[in-house]
Amino acid sequence: MTARLTVRALLVAIAIVILGVFPLVFSNPTTTSIAVFTVIYMVAASSWNMFSGYSGYIALGHAVFFGVGAYALTLLANHLGFAAGWGIFALVPVAGIIAGLIAIPTGLIALRARRHTFVVITIAFMFIFQLAASNFAFTGGSSGLQPPTPLWSATSYNDHFYYVAAVILVATVALSWLVRRSRFGLQLFAIRDDEERARGLGVRVGRVKLSAFVLSAIPIGMVGGVYAYFLGQIFPQFAFDPLFDLSIALMAFIGGLGTVWGPLLGALVLESLQQYFTVQSGASQVYLIIYGGLFLAVILLLPRGVIPSVEDLIRRWRTRGATQDRSRGEGDGGRRADVVKAAGAR
Amino acid sequence: MSASSLAKAVIDGILTGGVYALMAAGLTLIFGVMDIINIAQGALIVLGAYMSYVLSVHLGIDLFVGLIITIPAFFVLGVFIEWAFMRRLRDQERTAMSILVTYAVAIIIEGILSVIFGVDFVQLQASYINSSFHLLGFYLPYIYVFGFLLAVVLLGVLYYILYRTHFGRGVRGSLQNRSAAELIGVNVNRVRALSVGIGVSVTAAGGMVFGATNSFNPSSGYDLISRLLSIVILGGLGSIGGALVAAVFMVTLEDVVAVVWSPVWATLVYYASLIVVLSFMPNGLFGRAAIRAQ
Amino acid sequence: MKTLIEAEGVCKSFGGLQALDTCSLSVPRGSIVGLIGPNGSGKTTLFNVMTGYERPTAGEIRFDGAPITGATPERVFGLGVGRTFQITRLFFRLTVLENILVATQRHEGWLRSVARRAGSAAEHNRALEMLEFVGLDQLANSPAGNLSYGQRKLLELASLLVADPAVLLLDEPTAGVNPVLIEQLSERIRELNRAGKTFLVVEHNMEFVMGLCHEVTVLHQGRTLVTGTPEEVRANPAVLDAYLGGGDDDDL
Repeated sequence: MTARLTVRALLVAIAIVILGVFPLVFSNPTTTSIAVFTVIYMVAASSWNMFSGYSGYIALGHAVFFGVGAYALTLLANHLGFAAGWGIFALVPVAGIIAGLIAIPTGLIALRARRHTFVVITIAFMFIFQLAASNFAFTGGSSGLQPPTPLWSATSYNDHFYYVAAVILVATVALSWLVRRSRFGLQLFAIRDDEERARGLGVRVGRVKLSAFVLSAIPIGMVGGVYAYFLGQIFPQFAFDPLFDLSIALMAFIGGLGTVWGPLLGALVLESLQQYFTVQSGASQVYLIIYGGLFLAVILLLPRGVIPSVEDLIRRWRTRGATQDRSRGEGDGGRRADVVKAAGAR
Repeated sequence: MSASSLAKAVIDGILTGGVYALMAAGLTLIFGVMDIINIAQGALIVLGAYMSYVLSVHLGIDLFVGLIITIPAFFVLGVFIEWAFMRRLRDQERTAMSILVTYAVAIIIEGILSVIFGVDFVQLQASYINSSFHLLGFYLPYIYVFGFLLAVVLLGVLYYILYRTHFGRGVRGSLQNRSAAELIGVNVNRVRALSVGIGVSVTAAGGMVFGATNSFNPSSGYDLISRLLSIVILGGLGSIGGALVAAVFMVTLEDVVAVVWSPVWATLVYYASLIVVLSFMPNGLFGRAAIRAQ
Repeated sequence: MKTLIEAEGVCKSFGGLQALDTCSLSVPRGSIVGLIGPNGSGKTTLFNVMTGYERPTAGEIRFDGAPITGATPERVFGLGVGRTFQITRLFFRLTVLENILVATQRHEGWLRSVARRAGSAAEHNRALEMLEFVGLDQLANSPAGNLSYGQRKLLELASLLVADPAVLLLDEPTAGVNPVLIEQLSERIRELNRAGKTFLVVEHNMEFVMGLCHEVTVLHQGRTLVTGTPEEVRANPAVLDAYLGGGDDDDL
């Protein structure tokens, strides 16, 4: 293990610790509420990035999985007679799996199309699900549904949801990292760079894309369930919200599309910003201008997102003069280079 | 449900579809020439509606007359957007980036409109909005008919520009085969800027008619752009004729379903029809088949 | 099976344009076949049909006797047919080594491919061997986008070779390449051919074709005009007509 890797591992450990003690330090319910939403969006952006960032297929319909997870958890909790409390969290993975199952037919249809058409199909699906939820009786129509409300104390109420979301976050980031360095991930990146050529080199693009699509749906379904339980109420417009899709895309993009940590950074910054502005009513529409302006600034100045650009800068500063460079966008190539050196010692 | 209400639904669909066709034509033109999906088109339509609102409420200018001001203004706006944001997009990830860039522009527009006008719903007013033609037993609201005629006129102008002028030939050449067009000396930058200008200028007109027939607020752009995107894809990206057919088809279908089955399911059918058509014709009705290698 | 890969009676039209018109071609096992013809004669389209990127409107493609018409490009590659493109295509944002590794991914279960690292030690070794063969091993960790034009062509070739294909379809391998590199390329192809690989090469560089190929087929307006040894083809007046009448060309 090189020094660089140990530093990284240390940073990850610190991050996990911060994640764990945050509500204990900042125990004010307003803050922890913001934290819950932020962690939920971090999961969503990271998961979305696992598909769209790695494959280059921009999907703007993942709200479908969020909403499906939300409704699934609520319907199961109500119909199976779950008592409000910790027990309902057991339904969260189920919500995720149901979202994953929905991803199969929708993915099969959407992924047959080229990239441009794909985007629009995902948008269409999002509206279809939203409208279906508004019109079916079993989903409560436009009044929505309510899961049971747990009787936790007001001061620690949010913390329960926070920790569940945090666990999902750690699992999702781990998955994202694992995929990135795996054979599967390599194939996704090849698809991103040149799909037709990837086919010519034997990559089973249909299978790979669908797998990534389904995989990315599961964590989103899970936090959808958490969201529904946290709010205590879901409506079609909130569960299936076009802004959700655009937000997670923006977050992943600002942080660095295709990186592991980029979406987390993007979600952290943007969601906290959004929550802050929501709390400060009066400036509520100004945040849109700031959002958009920030986004444009990043696109025009740091087109690959914050993290890859920062890494580039660091690298360039470190290897002044030498012509070394990494290009998957982020520095995971470090470990690979070591293996190469070890394997290719001739 | 009766034959006459069905007929009315069809007529309404065609009239409204014509206006959507105009806005969709702008969107597909921009894509065809630039390989860019302009998510801001919806927000621009809302902006157009608000411009007409300001002209009519604060300056007392008639809605249609006001277009003399707004259409050229939007043309300039479109050229500016192309120059400021779209030109910088590198070819490699152009489409994905364009979605994100134009979305950013859209939310900035929405934000600015919210700050200036607030979030309350408004609607454009004029003396003729609440009156109708009485024709063959049908009541056809003036505004729908005028709006449709406006769309027809502007689409006719668009047709003239594309098929009868030198510039138009360059645009069509770019629509069919960009690299070939470049090779034969078409001034690509100019074609691109002017195409986006045209594509955006139609939103001024569409915005006015939209604002006169619907109540709107700054957030109305989302629904609009989703509908327009569906139309453009169903018609086939880059095909203006396709956008026309698709617009009339989808809007009419929705209106008919609202009458025949239930208004509650109509919009769902609108979007579902896109999926259904694409399952059989993956490139849309008139789209170019993708050529896989090169 | 004497013929390794062949096209029989292939037709392909795009809208109103007839790109291939009952085109037939056969590549004997272990040979190097050249495919020449004026611009627009359908050479790249034929490649696309043979490798599954396009579906022919009529006709058949056979590999080792078995029909593969309409098979997907992935499947065609899996059978042992590799191809390069006229404009060199690579995964520009991946490193040189990663470019090679894409082709080494064995088809295994989904779960394993997520859990396993990209490239086992054995695959890394093989990839590096291939890079050495084309002289790019020093650049293994550079992004493919940083390579020079000639280096890119070599990388494209190496990516195919690492999967040990039985036949390689090369689309204008010498286009834009300097003479020294062309000579090296020629040598590599001969080496690989001696080791048993079959080649079908589209080229405009006549010296290259005549010097390298055992057999040459001439395509004109989507049809096979003439097939024979390089000398036979060179001497054939119909071929000259096709070039002078059909389109522009260099060094004939």
